[in-house]
Amino acid sequence: MTTTTEIKFSDSAQQQVQEILNQYPADKSKSALLPLLHLAQAEFDGWLSAPVMDYVASILNIQPIEVYEVASFYSMFNLKPVGKYLIEVCQTSSCWMNGSEDIVRYLERTIQAETGQISPDGMFQIKTVECLGSCGTAPMFQIGDKFYENLTFEKIDTILDDLRKENKRSRYV
Amino acid sequence: MAKVTIDDITIDVPDGTSILAAARMIDEQHGTNIAPPTMCYYSKLKTTGGYCRTCIVTVEKGSEKDPRPMPKPVPSCRTNVMDGMVVRNTTSPELLEARAGVVEFLLINHPLDCPVCDQAGECHLQDLGYENGKEGTRYEFQRREFEPIDIGDKIKLHMNRCILCYRCVKTCEQITDGRVHGVINRGDHAEISTYIEKAIDNDFSGNVIDVCPVGALTDRTFRFKSRVWFTNPVDAHRDCNNEKCSGKTRLWMKGDDVLRVTARKDRWGEVEEFICNSCRFDHKKTSDWTIEGPSKISHHSVISQNHNELRKLQLGVHKQIKQLDGTKIDLGEGALNPNNIDK
Amino acid sequence: MSKKLLLTYDHIPGINTLEVYRQNNGYKSLEKALKTMKPDDIVEEVKKSGLRGRGGAGFPTGMKWSFLAKPEGVPRHLVCNADESEPGTFKDRYLMERIPHLLIEGMIVSSYALGANTSYIYVRGEYFYIIKILQNAIKEAYAAGLLGKNILGSGYDLDLYVQPGGGAYICGEETALLESLEGKRGNPRLKPPFPAVAGLWGRPTVVNNVETIAAVVPIVNGGGDEYAKIGIGKSTGTKLISASGHINKPGVYEIELGVPVEEFIYSDEYCGGIRNGKKLKAVVAGGSSVPILPTELILKTAKGEPRLMSYESLSDGGFATGTMLGSGGFIAMDEDTSIVKNLFTFARFYHHESCGQCSPCREGTGWMEKILKKFIDGKATMSDIDLLWDVQSKIEGKTICPLGEAAAWPVAAAIRHFRHEFEEYVKNPQSIHDVKHYFRLNNLVEA
Repeated sequence: MTTTTEIKFSDSAQQQVQEILNQYPADKSKSALLPLLHLAQAEFDGWLSAPVMDYVASILNIQPIEVYEVASFYSMFNLKPVGKYLIEVCQTSSCWMNGSEDIVRYLERTIQAETGQISPDGMFQIKTVECLGSCGTAPMFQIGDKFYENLTFEKIDTILDDLRKENKRSRYV
Repeated sequence: MAKVTIDDITIDVPDGTSILAAARMIDEQHGTNIAPPTMCYYSKLKTTGGYCRTCIVTVEKGSEKDPRPMPKPVPSCRTNVMDGMVVRNTTSPELLEARAGVVEFLLINHPLDCPVCDQAGECHLQDLGYENGKEGTRYEFQRREFEPIDIGDKIKLHMNRCILCYRCVKTCEQITDGRVHGVINRGDHAEISTYIEKAIDNDFSGNVIDVCPVGALTDRTFRFKSRVWFTNPVDAHRDCNNEKCSGKTRLWMKGDDVLRVTARKDRWGEVEEFICNSCRFDHKKTSDWTIEGPSKISHHSVISQNHNELRKLQLGVHKQIKQLDGTKIDLGEGALNPNNIDK
Repeated sequence: MSKKLLLTYDHIPGINTLEVYRQNNGYKSLEKALKTMKPDDIVEEVKKSGLRGRGGAGFPTGMKWSFLAKPEGVPRHLVCNADESEPGTFKDRYLMERIPHLLIEGMIVSSYALGANTSYIYVRGEYFYIIKILQNAIKEAYAAGLLGKNILGSGYDLDLYVQPGGGAYICGEETALLESLEGKRGNPRLKPPFPAVAGLWGRPTVVNNVETIAAVVPIVNGGGDEYAKIGIGKSTGTKLISASGHINKPGVYEIELGVPVEEFIYSDEYCGGIRNGKKLKAVVAGGSSVPILPTELILKTAKGEPRLMSYESLSDGGFATGTMLGSGGFIAMDEDTSIVKNLFTFARFYHHESCGQCSPCREGTGWMEKILKKFIDGKATMSDIDLLWDVQSKIEGKTICPLGEAAAWPVAAAIRHFRHEFEEYVKNPQSIHDVKHYFRLNNLVEA
């Protein structure tokens, strides 16, 4: 990624930044790092480039390495570009017992991309993840902030069709 | 003051002393060798220790007030003594077995490239494996691999060798301005990195080489120049115009050539005083230095002591050791007193 | 019908709104606390209740509260641990989604009891939709004067914020959570000092699980003594159990502690038995980290007594024949389940979630996963079983935080109780492919 375009939060995001900063004592603003990284990821195409992380560092007045250390620790932060819809499939215990491996294979076949790869149309990307706290409604996946539970192949078809129509990048925030 | 007994030797130490520090005091006073090995703790840096788990000890009795044993081994570097505490290190076969486990963990992803590693001969991991590890490996999988990278023109990073002790991170945090490197990623993918290509560049950055217990951070100006055991260390000083640097160093010589400059290290392998990059990298002529005389290397290592003597030293002053199966081996009167060992 | 204290109103439409919540006894404990009780009175009631931490460790809550240091002029904090990530556990999510105000009410009352004026709810980042639910509820509470300055005219001030995590199981460990809340990597701290002395930003801090804080509401409403009458022995009160796996009715159940395990599995009030008329093979009773038990040991103790859903009964027999209540993540497995394959998913989980700070966990969790993969791939040898046993034993008790144990225990228990299954995979590598571990879905036919 090059820095040809200026990296700057939108006005509404700027306002959210202020609200987030107000949640901590003035000298403890580093606490805002995780919320700001979530916000930045949502604002800048679903992933965190080094210049975006440097921008967050400048807002909090901390060293860029402090941001890299944190962003690379947590599994929700993408340090590479991702598909428009990141499909996070749970694969732990109860989800496995209820067929998560089949879900992954079905998804791979449907979007025509292996886990970790962006689909040829740029729309989807499968990411296998660990327990999302949806064990009673397994199998499941998460896209953005939405949980899709008790999955079947038919349900998956409908979900993907709807998302293709919606055509708007998934986000948590 | 607190009275603490480690491996049957009792000492009085000030309150707030760690078990490790107390054990080192015993060694200094009695000439024993009961101090646990350390890979991440560094007394010259704040908030180090607790990560590597090599210095674990068994607390057999918590204190006079609360004599219960501690349920798990504790890191001696970050556990303070209590009055009446009884600790076992070299005299507990179970503990030594647990430590051997830690050593194994530190080695399963290590490349074991000592023949081409500049740290060989003064590597704490080499010493640790030799003194506390087991022969052979039970790990049969592909080892973790990273490409070696240059962090600026003076320092080489071989991430393959890193044991994630955090010492270099704390060094940059505490004695340099503006840390640019750190630990990125998580779990066994974690690595020391600047994330984007950046040089660690400030007057004291070279100290990360000295604090690194392994060959992860080495001096590019010394790279492949010589095995350390073919060099002669001498203590030297110069008038250093960096006010934070004492100019007191150790020169590693071959003939009249200064191959390398490092800080002076104590018997625990820790630098006595941090030195500036100018002393370390830019003054490689004997005429730059006032030479005080040959360095006394008191830190034991694979190359600094005879193999068999070291084994004996490890046993401390004990006449018998209990083996894992409960049987005892008689080691013979006087044989184990380090003072009786031929120097 | 079992006694309910937390999920009394969870099925009432609109209970997530302040209005409906208040119509159903909502915020009664707050009025009682602020108008008739001193902070220490509440701590006393919680002590009397016998409430134990519901996140997994089961430490007495009243005692944890009484350890809180109160130095003059230093702010104190209450932090709610809503980083629910233990496989098999989804009760906190259910509670926050359905009745967010119950948690908020508990937070205000508990913060008042501890003398905290700024409190945080740390929610795992994957639960972002829950974060939005909580933020809306908090907004409602501020508007109604239940949060902010001079709450209900009492002179007590409290600000309550929700903090998102970033995706890391380890942040469920309280000191890792605090590190994360400070904007750092979720590396657990070395203890001492404990958070009660030096927690968030070095200030005295109490960290409690969602369910624990919610339980303070009925304790204040009904009194600690009344709460202690519910349950059995030292397992007082009710517990939310997340039930999943091969049962007819997966979901979150509030049980009175002491319900027999057999009743919990087979009664229609709870799990409704095993799906498709299959037999029960094994249960992980308290979240992925607790030892798995085969049917005969989960239904009855080694002494032959009925096993109960309580801290004491589940741990009866130690790890040789018992397990733990843990977080209440109850995973039931039917006769077709491969214990080895399930264990592999746990091992992969802990490997993925190890923070990497201390060497036994960083290196050992990945090693265990790789050895287990050999079994799955039909490439293991008999000596791999002993190696796996030895590796887990070298991790257990050697790490900074309990993740080491959490990773080691399930491995040890699977070998202890199902060694024959590991051996079968060595003797007959094909057998792994014979196991029908696909249930609801038809096995996908490869094109």
